[in-house]
Amino acid sequence: MLNTIRLLVQCQNKQYVLEQIRCASQVLPQLSAEKYNVKRKDFATVQSSDVNFFKTILGNERVLTDDNDVTPFNIDWIKNCRGQSKVVLKPKSTQEVSQILSYCNEKKLAVCPQGGNTGLVGGSVPVFDEVVLNLMLMNNIVSLDEISGALICEAGCVLENVDNYVRERNLIMPLDLGAKGTCQVGGNVSTNAGGLRLLRYGNLHGSILGVEAVKADGIIIDCLKTLKKDNTGYHLKHLFIGSEGTLGVVTKVAIHCPVLPKAVTVGFFGVENFENILQLYKSAKSSLGEILSAFEMADRDAISSTVKNLNLPNPISDYPFYVLVETHGSDEGHDGEKLNRFLSKEMESGLILDGTVTSEPGKMQTIWNLRENIAGAGLRHGYVFKYDVSLPQKHYYELVPKIKQRLGDKAIVVCGYGHIGDGNIHINVTVPEYTREVAGLLEPYVFEEVSALQGSISAEHGVGFRKPHYIHYSKDRSALQLMHQLKTLMDPNGILNPYKVLPEEC
Amino acid sequence: MSRVLVGVKRVIDYAVKIRVKPDKSGVVTEGVKHSMNPFDEIAVEEAVRMKEKKLASEVVAVSCGPAQAQETLRTALAMGADRAIHVEVAGAEYETLQPIHVAKILAKLSQDEKADIVIVGKQAIDDDSNQTAQMTAAILDWPQGTFASKVEKSDGGLTVTREIDGGLEVIKTKVPAVISADLRLNEPRYATLPNIMKAKKKPLKKITAKDLGIDLAPRIKVVSVEDPPVRQAGSVLPDVDTLVAKLKEGGHV
Repeated sequence: MLNTIRLLVQCQNKQYVLEQIRCASQVLPQLSAEKYNVKRKDFATVQSSDVNFFKTILGNERVLTDDNDVTPFNIDWIKNCRGQSKVVLKPKSTQEVSQILSYCNEKKLAVCPQGGNTGLVGGSVPVFDEVVLNLMLMNNIVSLDEISGALICEAGCVLENVDNYVRERNLIMPLDLGAKGTCQVGGNVSTNAGGLRLLRYGNLHGSILGVEAVKADGIIIDCLKTLKKDNTGYHLKHLFIGSEGTLGVVTKVAIHCPVLPKAVTVGFFGVENFENILQLYKSAKSSLGEILSAFEMADRDAISSTVKNLNLPNPISDYPFYVLVETHGSDEGHDGEKLNRFLSKEMESGLILDGTVTSEPGKMQTIWNLRENIAGAGLRHGYVFKYDVSLPQKHYYELVPKIKQRLGDKAIVVCGYGHIGDGNIHINVTVPEYTREVAGLLEPYVFEEVSALQGSISAEHGVGFRKPHYIHYSKDRSALQLMHQLKTLMDPNGILNPYKVLPEEC
Repeated sequence: MSRVLVGVKRVIDYAVKIRVKPDKSGVVTEGVKHSMNPFDEIAVEEAVRMKEKKLASEVVAVSCGPAQAQETLRTALAMGADRAIHVEVAGAEYETLQPIHVAKILAKLSQDEKADIVIVGKQAIDDDSNQTAQMTAAILDWPQGTFASKVEKSDGGLTVTREIDGGLEVIKTKVPAVISADLRLNEPRYATLPNIMKAKKKPLKKITAKDLGIDLAPRIKVVSVEDPPVRQAGSVLPDVDTLVAKLKEGGHV
């Protein structure tokens, strides 16, 4: 019976995933090259001799060339981008990755490294006929030091699987995000994924202890140390964290896993206005201190469209804004006391209008589920423009009403949600279908606004294919020039993930 | 107006991975997150809705178990029960506590508290016994409406829609009666903050089985608890002929 209940919960998710697969197969998104008017660079095209060579390295089964087999690897999960790759390679070892890259570099064949393909900026799918290098079969956990918490795993490990593995050993992965059931650790590192608990466990630049990566020419760069401190020379591992596969392909990762919290509590509250959310955040930081592990917000439209589209339960009634607070601690009694004091105080002050709080794993999961599913809920309506920006907290929500006003009835839903603690807001604009008119109203408008407020045009999603020509809103010319020089040094032929991250000229 | 008695059991949370003890005497419960049995949550919700619809005057939650059972009772109180009774059963006695014992306790309390309706979950997700409602009805010699997916008040009694194999059965019972809640009876609410705060001040009485004059001597003995067999890994075969050969080899065709 226990299983029946668990299944019921899982089905809600699965159904939604299946629905997406169905949608994806019915209508193919427009080709990225046409949609965004991109010109193919001067790379070689894959010949049958190349395919044969790949087969000598990987065998027949790990080289996909059939159209039906290759299509899913060409499309990103939000159905925004579609590439035209003819071949997908599935290496099982670093050696194989090295051999493939060395060959492609010599033949000037472009390569698109791919993990779980859950990226939101089109970075993980090809634009033209790049060879897709999918790391899903590199999914072994290499070692875990239970004393230091240092885990070494291959790049293709699915985040949730690794998290389950370390949880059984009283540790957790330092990052958690909505796509955890599909995304891969290598992709997380390559895109410097943020997620739900960055507030507590920090950025990957802090928790990644070491990286093994393969450069465009096939040379394996071994920086796979598990030390917390290592000041010997340049910190090369950081070049592979967040460079989105343009400087090298991450093949193994050493990551520091924090201790599994013994006491976890989740609260979900209704709040009157955004100003009150900021007050509540300030109060949570001082009352909950070191046990605060997540402070998330969502507006009414984000929650109500998720509840409606995915048929998920909303644990509390209708409010203009919602806040999700999570605590991670080592003592239930101690945490409970703190939390109760915080709740009583803020119920009385009126910052919290109503809400619920629970430490039951099943209920906590249901609440998180609602928050995590906001990202995908809009897809039911049609096309979703997604913006992931960092803003100073006092300006955090300003853009949402502005965009609403700008688009008027052209948008079905304009909603904002995200990580208050990190100053990172996600803005989703749902429209019946992609049109250049709406795109023109949104871009570069959104980026200009963000830039004027001293924010970042990409907080955690990266630059990918969608944003290179907007990167200058967040990065100075001098920085971009150095990035170009690094790219030329590490990948002189430019075969690794072309058309992504860096603009053509700066 | 009637008084409703609701039975709630503290079980390992459904989202937790169950681990069997190495000596196969049971499952590991220490340091494992517990919560209210999901079917009992549905039972509490139904009782509270009866009260909200003025079909019931008072909802009394009952739980049998160790000290932590009071947490489960507080959850029931936060959902809207008026008061709670904790029948303390701890240690070795709790390990061998069975539906027959719980049914006797519920029956005795129903009489002491002058309850008109007893609602429990159809089964607990830990031992899956599905016996407590039926046994309670038998001991009290009350009618029973088990696996309820709908409960309505009808003249002088209740109309209960039951989930049965392949469909629904609608029955009428007199009151007093025993109801067991099935999955589709309702969707339990989340306790709201003000109600969680209020629940801390609601009355919770602690008694023992001995106070009720009930003997908890075990009637059955657990011989062994084992993990379900691990599914064997599949393999990819090159062509249909090999598949057919393999199936023949395994005696499947």
